[in-house]
Amino acid sequence: MITQPGFLASEFPPGPEVFDYKTLIPSLEGSPWGHAFTKLTLLVWIAVAIVIVFFLVTYRNPTLVPSKKQWLAESVYGVVRNNIATDIIGPQGVRFAPYLATIFCFVFVTNLWSIVPFAQISPNSHLAFPAVLAVLTWFIYIGLGVKKHGFFGYLKHACVQPGVPWLVQPILIPIEFISNLVLRPITLAVRLFANMFAGHMILLVFTLGGVALWNAGPLLLKPAALGSWAFAIIMTLFELFILSLQAYVFTLLSATYFQSSISEEH
Amino acid sequence: MYIAQEAPGAPAEHGYNVLGVPLAEVIVGLIAFGVLLFVLTKFVFPRMESMFQQRVEAIEGGLVKAEKAQAEAAALLSQYKAQLAEARTEAARIRDEARADAEGIRTDVLAKAREESDRIIAAGRDQLAGERASIVRELRAEMGTLAVSLASKIVGESLEDEARRRGTVERALAELETAGAR
Repeated sequence: MITQPGFLASEFPPGPEVFDYKTLIPSLEGSPWGHAFTKLTLLVWIAVAIVIVFFLVTYRNPTLVPSKKQWLAESVYGVVRNNIATDIIGPQGVRFAPYLATIFCFVFVTNLWSIVPFAQISPNSHLAFPAVLAVLTWFIYIGLGVKKHGFFGYLKHACVQPGVPWLVQPILIPIEFISNLVLRPITLAVRLFANMFAGHMILLVFTLGGVALWNAGPLLLKPAALGSWAFAIIMTLFELFILSLQAYVFTLLSATYFQSSISEEH
Repeated sequence: MYIAQEAPGAPAEHGYNVLGVPLAEVIVGLIAFGVLLFVLTKFVFPRMESMFQQRVEAIEGGLVKAEKAQAEAAALLSQYKAQLAEARTEAARIRDEARADAEGIRTDVLAKAREESDRIIAAGRDQLAGERASIVRELRAEMGTLAVSLASKIVGESLEDEARRRGTVERALAELETAGAR
């Protein structure tokens, strides 16, 4: 990289087009189905395979006194089940635990690709993947609300704040409607997407910036290049924190939306 | 084939829309997530739930077992205590009985001994009386002859006369008896 940096440095500063992954199948180049076979979709499939293999292998022969691997698998599910589903939704939250745990594992492992060497891009930095999950959550919490309160009952439950002066209601009801029923899936998806997008951008800026500084010529800029790369490492660690947090937040917000749909009071 | 088309104001010079949602990616995302959800909800999480349940039951079962064992031990202890108290009262009762028996035996033996000694004393007394009577009888007979022979020797005359002799002896004996009785 240091001996042959010209190619990389030519891309500095990185633009949004770095996220434009071309299809891995040449014959689909230009076709809309090419998007189904890119590095990102490959990473999604590998992530799914990793999670499935992890759980199936660690939980092949479960015992009452768990082995270390079994304990690890149980604690992944247990944290989502006890600290998210049960804590937020209550005792009946256990029935959402499988969905929430799957969301958490899926988001966490696909996020993790952003700092895994050679992958170094999260599929979630394309809006499509977070959008799928957010829309699923949206369907589920609206379905839960309609089932619990009836269609109009749920509409009222979601939009009308009790105990508010009636003069305020004409302003408040549209706001509540838009924020609770329209914007939630969008914010949910965009929050995850934007975090992973920005994280990738930051890593690119520091890594490619270091290359550009190294190639800039003056000897004085070489230490600055080293500093830039050092900061890229620090930002990688920060990215690890962010990607874990985003997986947690996505799961937590899904649980919160479920809870708001099935709660009795507002 | 984009679900969300490029924003109208987006710059046209680069062909990539950051907020684009290609249908192909949506489909891949749906299938991938669906597969993951299916496998985990079908084969992994229910087994974990049943394992959690088994663990809860094992712990609760252990608690119940321990409680039962404790209750059993307490029952045994009280039973032993009751048995011990019973044995103690029994022992006391036996001791008292033995004491009473010993007392009875002692009085019995004493009474018997007293009776025996009384009997022996009475027998001795009877024997003594009998012996005395026989001695008296012998003496009486002997004394007659002795007195007669003594008298004939002293008097020097024969007292052949039966009637006289008998009368004299009888009189002397009666005198002796009255003297002895007095």
